[in-house]
Amino acid sequence: MKTTTLSRRKFLRRTALATTAAVALPYMRTSYSAGRLALGVWDHWVPGANDTLTKICNEWGEKNHVDVHIDFITSVGDKDILTASAEAQAHTGHDIMQHRSWQIQVHRNVLEPVDDVIDKLVKEHGPISTISAYLANYEGKWRGVPAVIGSQIKPCCSRIDLYKQHTGVDVTKIFPYGDTRDPALVESWNWDLYLSTAEKLFKAGYPVGLPMGQTSDAIDWVGALFRSYGAVFIDEKDNIKIDSDETRAAIEYARKLMAVNPPDVFAWDDSGNNKWLISGKGSSIMNPPSAWSVAKRDNIKVAEQCWTHDMPRGPKGRFAPYLPFFYGVWSFGSNKSAAKDLVHHIVDKPQAKRQVEASNGYDLPAFKSYYDFDTWKKVEPPLGTVYNYPPRGDEELSIAGYPARPDVASQIYNQSIQTVMIAKVTQGRQKVDDVIKWASGELEGYLRG
Amino acid sequence: MDDMISRTAFVPPAAPAVVPRGNLYRLSRRRSTVAFLFTLPLIIVIVGLVIYPGLYAIYLSLLNKRMTHFIGLGNYAFLFGRETFWMVVEQSAIFAITAVVFKALIGVITSHLVNNLPAKGQRKWRGMLLVPWVIPLSLSTLCWWWLFDPTYSAFNWLLGALGGPHIPWLSDPFWARFCTILVNVWYGSPFFLIMYLAALKSVPEQLYEAAAIDGANGWQKFVHITLPMMRNIIAITVLFSLIVTFANYDIVRVLTSGGPYNTTHIFATWAFNIGIASGDIPLGAAVSFFMFPIMAISAVFILRGVRKRGKEI
Repeated sequence: MKTTTLSRRKFLRRTALATTAAVALPYMRTSYSAGRLALGVWDHWVPGANDTLTKICNEWGEKNHVDVHIDFITSVGDKDILTASAEAQAHTGHDIMQHRSWQIQVHRNVLEPVDDVIDKLVKEHGPISTISAYLANYEGKWRGVPAVIGSQIKPCCSRIDLYKQHTGVDVTKIFPYGDTRDPALVESWNWDLYLSTAEKLFKAGYPVGLPMGQTSDAIDWVGALFRSYGAVFIDEKDNIKIDSDETRAAIEYARKLMAVNPPDVFAWDDSGNNKWLISGKGSSIMNPPSAWSVAKRDNIKVAEQCWTHDMPRGPKGRFAPYLPFFYGVWSFGSNKSAAKDLVHHIVDKPQAKRQVEASNGYDLPAFKSYYDFDTWKKVEPPLGTVYNYPPRGDEELSIAGYPARPDVASQIYNQSIQTVMIAKVTQGRQKVDDVIKWASGELEGYLRG
Repeated sequence: MDDMISRTAFVPPAAPAVVPRGNLYRLSRRRSTVAFLFTLPLIIVIVGLVIYPGLYAIYLSLLNKRMTHFIGLGNYAFLFGRETFWMVVEQSAIFAITAVVFKALIGVITSHLVNNLPAKGQRKWRGMLLVPWVIPLSLSTLCWWWLFDPTYSAFNWLLGALGGPHIPWLSDPFWARFCTILVNVWYGSPFFLIMYLAALKSVPEQLYEAAAIDGANGWQKFVHITLPMMRNIIAITVLFSLIVTFANYDIVRVLTSGGPYNTTHIFATWAFNIGIASGDIPLGAAVSFFMFPIMAISAVFILRGVRKRGKEI
């Protein structure tokens, strides 16, 4: 039987030939040779908004030979928070995860520092909002990059016709379409005027709708109210300061305002105020443009009369409730440098413009230099309806719980202590002093290490 | 002749050679081993999804908020001093006990009604009455939420059409608690119906006949025959339902999220709020574990009664 043997000489010759060929031949780049990235992103309310992000990521992926895969995770039932928590504990999952406002500090120990991405963005586009820094910069390191998608403020959205007819106030004159604000008129839009118009609207059968439950729409506007009265619950040095004249003043004001709201506001979830406005019964809510977007589809007569404008001014300023979302790169991810590149790309101005357009102006970027996007200028009806959505005047961005340390403030926020206090005083008819005492006890507990 | 008989006589075949078998073979042929292997997938699921997470949660509840060091029972001691915690305990007890009492009552009544139906029609009634229990709970609770919706409540629309008042189903603490208990009773009553129906069918008919001969009326038969015969089943179903109801999450989460102003929070929803939403996982784990001693003590007392009655029989 003939046998073939591989001699040492033959083996060495073949190996040398193969190595030479590998080095000498031009390098053929295969698809996705730079790896794979998985993103977990918030499932947008606005139809079509997800598709734009998918296109942006795929374009980047094609250019950089990275296989990008996106999972859109709903916030209904807090599935996005649960998914992130599970991945943080298990140290496995997506490479990039989108986080709601407080979740960056919750997962800060497993998030990769992204100072390089932030520095680049700030250099190109100017400063980031203070609240974004408060929520994502921990011990001098940025752990999240402010996202465009999902980031929002909740200013007033009022019915032009009802305000004119029943209160004589023209909100389009106070906050016009264009840079022609009259400072005196803007100054007149304060909580006292808001209350007096709310009383007239209540008598006319078109109450304002301000939720007082334990979901974020309620917590956000109440947080802005307290802040505008100068009420601080816990300061940045862990001092409990809730027992103050400012807190009492804010609660007394809220007591009067809740008396001219529908009685069911204590049970409203985040869709309650939207439904109230769209039903045609509501004269004003505090919400991003999602309510107007749905009214455009379901009740065009209401949508045509919607005007988004600034929050009322309090004794200590005008504050807009801000809820930024962030992109975080897990420290246990396997393709972190590509992940950071992709995040930078998504948040960069040209891509941000596309995302804002796809969301009909709902998404609010963290850079003031992005407020010149024409989406807010051109969507209608009516024309200019969301022109004043990005803060253009003296509105300062705020979040309930600020200025306490983020891990403490997140409990003030998520335990809805502010709305619970007002509900106890108004609906529960408890004494203000007793409620403040109760809240003080709760705050002590939040300071535990 | 005898030789012929002896030559043609049946000769039994030689016994097969015995092949020595190992211990492993013998073990695998035992019934208990086969039974264990059949139940192994379920055991793995229970260990993986119940026992391991439970033990991990106990470990987490012994850590500080940042999960950096061990603090023993510090989280539990902290909870004992919180007013909100005792409110949650009270609310959980009201929710669980009220719901279970009503479920048991409805179960007893409907099981008697169904039992007295002609045999031909019983099956379809049983099927229809089981429907609430087979629909996924979060789905059915969402439907209830729409019925109670603050703006578009179908119940309020109906009441309005009949000239009745608008009821703040989910925004008033009393009505919010009423709604959560109502949904739980609606969902859980079929379980009690089925268990009590089975128990009723096992009561010997001769006892009722003998009682009838002695002149007992319906109520006397129920009190002196039916209830004593069903006592163990009642005890076990009440215990089981108490445990499940105490640990309920879906109904409160979907209907009220614990509001208005924390007045419908129960252990599970409050634990989620603290642990997941607020980021204090160790404290959230400690809250959820408070259910365990309460349930364990209830189980000891109820099962002791069952064992005692079993011995008497």
